[in-house]
Amino acid sequence: MIDNQSVYLAISAVLFVIGAAGAICRRNAIVVFMCIEIMLAGVSIAFVTFSRANQSLDGIFMVLFIMAVAAAEAAVGLAIFVLMYRKHGSIDLDKFNLMKW
Amino acid sequence: MFDYIWLVPVFPAIGVLINGLLGRRIEAVSKHLVHWVACGMIALSFIVTCVIFSQLLQLPPDQRLYQVTCFSWIHSGVLQTYVAYQIDPLSMMMAMFVIGIGFLIHIYSIGYMWEDEGRYYRFFVYLNLFMFSMINLILANNYLLMFLGWEGVGLCSYLLIGFWFDDEANAIAGKKAFITNRVGDFAFLIGMFLLFTGLGEHGVWSLQFSEVFSHVHYLSQSQATMICLLFFIGCTAKSAQIPLYVWLPDAMAGPTPVSALIHAATMVTSGVYMISRSNVLFSMSPFAMGVVATVGAMTAIFAASIGLVQNDIKKVLAYSTVSQLGYMFLGLGVGAFAAGMFHVLTHAFFKALLFLGSGAVIHSMHHAYHKVHCHDDPQDMRNMGGLKDKTPITFWTFLIATLAISGIPGFSGFFSKDEILWQAFSSPQGSWILWLIGAVAAGMTAFYMFRLVFMTFFNECRAGEACEHIHESPPSMTGPLCVLAFLAAVGGYLGVPHALGGSNLFHQFLDPVMGLGDGKLLHDATQAAAHGAQHAAEAAGHAMHAVAGHVAEGAGHLAEGVEHGEHSLFMEYLLMVVSVALACFGILIAYIFYIKKREIPAALAERYSFVHRLLLNKWYVDELYELVIIAPLRGFAYFLWKGVDVGVVDYIVNGVARIVGWGSSAVRYIQSGYVQSYAVSVVFGTVVLLAYYFLKAL
Repeated sequence: MIDNQSVYLAISAVLFVIGAAGAICRRNAIVVFMCIEIMLAGVSIAFVTFSRANQSLDGIFMVLFIMAVAAAEAAVGLAIFVLMYRKHGSIDLDKFNLMKW
Repeated sequence: MFDYIWLVPVFPAIGVLINGLLGRRIEAVSKHLVHWVACGMIALSFIVTCVIFSQLLQLPPDQRLYQVTCFSWIHSGVLQTYVAYQIDPLSMMMAMFVIGIGFLIHIYSIGYMWEDEGRYYRFFVYLNLFMFSMINLILANNYLLMFLGWEGVGLCSYLLIGFWFDDEANAIAGKKAFITNRVGDFAFLIGMFLLFTGLGEHGVWSLQFSEVFSHVHYLSQSQATMICLLFFIGCTAKSAQIPLYVWLPDAMAGPTPVSALIHAATMVTSGVYMISRSNVLFSMSPFAMGVVATVGAMTAIFAASIGLVQNDIKKVLAYSTVSQLGYMFLGLGVGAFAAGMFHVLTHAFFKALLFLGSGAVIHSMHHAYHKVHCHDDPQDMRNMGGLKDKTPITFWTFLIATLAISGIPGFSGFFSKDEILWQAFSSPQGSWILWLIGAVAAGMTAFYMFRLVFMTFFNECRAGEACEHIHESPPSMTGPLCVLAFLAAVGGYLGVPHALGGSNLFHQFLDPVMGLGDGKLLHDATQAAAHGAQHAAEAAGHAMHAVAGHVAEGAGHLAEGVEHGEHSLFMEYLLMVVSVALACFGILIAYIFYIKKREIPAALAERYSFVHRLLLNKWYVDELYELVIIAPLRGFAYFLWKGVDVGVVDYIVNGVARIVGWGSSAVRYIQSGYVQSYAVSVVFGTVVLLAYYFLKAL
């Protein structure tokens, strides 16, 4: 029997994998950023699910933190992308390999 | 004064320290101070030696043994060695003439080395260091301290031969001397090890002379033979016998005072001294004695043959030294230890004089050539001639030395050489063949020495323009020549044999040490005090019983042979007359060849050109050694260098570095610069971890 909890966790896993795949494979920096947000969303769902399963509020608080962190990260990340665009005229990640051997 | 014997080596050591550490500054201030320090130290040593010697003479003959222990040197298990000195007739006799002649040569060096700017002090440092080592060698009371002196004189020989090291040939000669000596030292060392362990098996763990010689009968004859042969190989290197004499002629590259001191009077006699000191040990092995005598005789005639045709004045003297050393070993080998030592003494006088005289000649020639800017060789006798009137003191002293070495009656060489030849003939270990070889070599000696005198001092001057500028050497050089000439003339009267009416004082003086006495000196007779006399008597009795079996056989026969004449007195006179006749014949031939009919030598060289070339090129021995020993060794060393050290060791070490480099150049591609590829690694790692825990939980 596939119960609700399993479905929620499956959704969380699928979201995470989609996010990871996108973060690895997409060239546009903003799309990579959106995929990171997708990963975070997937993880949030997992937290909420477990919080409901254990009848405690710890998971919900964790999600709050994740939200805050995601927001801050977005701000910093987008600032970096703006600077990158100014330097190179593009935010195509394939073009940024200055730190190679 | 005996207890102050340690001053004798310490004074030159102080000279080394002062001149060595401060020499450059002293020389800048005052050159005189340098030689005052050096010569002064040797003079002080000599004074102490004289005092001790005179005090030794005041003791009765059977109590002339005194040992002074200074400090303990090596304490390791059963090896207990002390720096300790032994005062007995043999060591004091050696000390007297070594330090005396050393002092004269220090004085001579003042004049000879005066123009050597910036290097004057270094010469005296090395000379003093040499005296220190030689004194340690002579006065040592155990084999290890003697070996220290042995090595030290070898080192100083190297330093002094290569003194003018800017000329590479001199440095090479120094290297040759040191390496050849090293071969001998190795044999000496192995011999000492064998002696130590051989005696140690019987509980006697000591290398002290008195201990060793009173217990030497514990060794089996094969052990004793082995040890004696190894010791003798050490002597062939140090005292320039076949096969390790090759360094001595090359050593003439050093300054002449060095040749006089080291390669004539002192260092090369240390081998003879060592065998004399170990006479008890050698007497145990007739085979070793036979080897010593045969090698000595062969060397005597071999070196004399080379000296016949050499043109460099110092080379003639070098081969003469090798030849005379052969005589000394011949004497030792037939059991006439005292005769061998006597020849050491007289040879030191006249050979040092010959070298110093040749140095004066070379000095004069060098100055004359310098004045006319000529670059001919000042040592080549073919450029000399007519120096008799230009350098009279040099000539007359040189003539006295030449008469001495040729064995003309009245001069010192006659007594010592004749005694050796007589012993070679009459001793039970001798034979007429050895006598014949020795006699022929004596004739050759007379010939080539007078050839030298005639070519250098007689006839007309062949130096061309430089002739008018040749003049006598300074008094600092001619002074020692005169002193040595006196000694070379009268030194022989110390050992006038019984046959000629003398009492052979020298022989009697050395008797207690040579095992011919009642063996009292062979024991550690510590003090000549009240209880010492009784102790000595007991010890002597013990020694007689213990030693009698081995030593007395050879020694007793010898004693009889010497005292009562196994061969008749007539024989002795006859042999004496024969050797003098041979010497006179040699001189006559030299006179004809080099004064009367001077075209003969060149004609002979033409007709017998093969023999002449063979002798002139020293029988090609050096070339033989190069081919058979040195070239293979060099090839082997080259292989060890290129093949093993570079090829294997360096390869491995460099290989490790190369592997690290190769590995890292393979791994560095991970750092691609793409953030996303790093993200892949993170994901991959996470997956692996999850999988691990997941599977573990299953």
